[in-house]
Amino acid sequence: MTCSEFLKELTDYLDGVIDDRTKKELDEHLLWCHNCYVVCNTTKRTIEIYRGSELYELPDDLRTRLRSAIMTKCQEHKPKS
Amino acid sequence: MEAIESKVGEPTDESVLVDAARKGDISAFESLVKRYDRNVFRIAQHITQNREDAEDVVQDAFLKAYQNLGQFQGQSKFYTWLVRIAVNEALMRLRRRRPERMVSLDEDVKTEEDSMPREIADWTPNPEQQYTQGELKDILSRTIQGLPASFRTVFVLRDVEGLSTEETADALGLSIPAVKSRLLRARLQLRERLNKYFKKRRDGDGTQ
Repeated sequence: MTCSEFLKELTDYLDGVIDDRTKKELDEHLLWCHNCYVVCNTTKRTIEIYRGSELYELPDDLRTRLRSAIMTKCQEHKPKS
Repeated sequence: MEAIESKVGEPTDESVLVDAARKGDISAFESLVKRYDRNVFRIAQHITQNREDAEDVVQDAFLKAYQNLGQFQGQSKFYTWLVRIAVNEALMRLRRRRPERMVSLDEDVKTEEDSMPREIADWTPNPEQQYTQGELKDILSRTIQGLPASFRTVFVLRDVEGLSTEETADALGLSIPAVKSRLLRARLQLRERLNKYFKKRRDGDGTQ
């Protein structure tokens, strides 16, 4: 397996949606290819860091204000039949 | 009919709330707003990269969903349907703000080259701990801002919000291979851009 072939499968590999045979080939590639090992690891960390970052959380006061605005608008604009 | 949500003692099935809202029960719709407003705000802010736009998207997406509940077929989940509305609203606002740049989910930016790893550097064990919470958020926000809108959108739905590949494809009207291809490139580009903040420093190179 080449590094480009490895990269093509990286998303499925990280998501754990890959057949056993391909997974075995990817695991083997990682054993000897340090570059792909680093790319794989740091990509995994990238996802984890974004997922755990609480970036763009909705503050409580804004949340209350938005909900109240939404519900007022909904009362004014009934569903289309 | 606040009772729909509270009498069961656990979250009411989404379809029960949707049915009640469709029949005019506005409190059932409010329960759906409470359930998903944080998600819609995060998605909107990721796509528009603008707080005011994100606030408008949240309001307009829920209003549109409410008004068009009659058209919701129930073939997909309500949340996926809501996400589709929110993404469209967000992209529309992004186009308005940046008319000089074409903003489309179909954009297939450049070639594979743009996502090929250029710098291979290992990161420190807990890179995010080198920064304060505020600094980290700033880094992550600036980094994702540099991605094309179509990549940002797929990344936020799949990796931040945790939608499945199928749900993401459904919400964005893209094929599954298109979602996978954008996701791979988004992940690789983010990784590459984060290198400069998170990579291991060599001793004595003058940086931290």
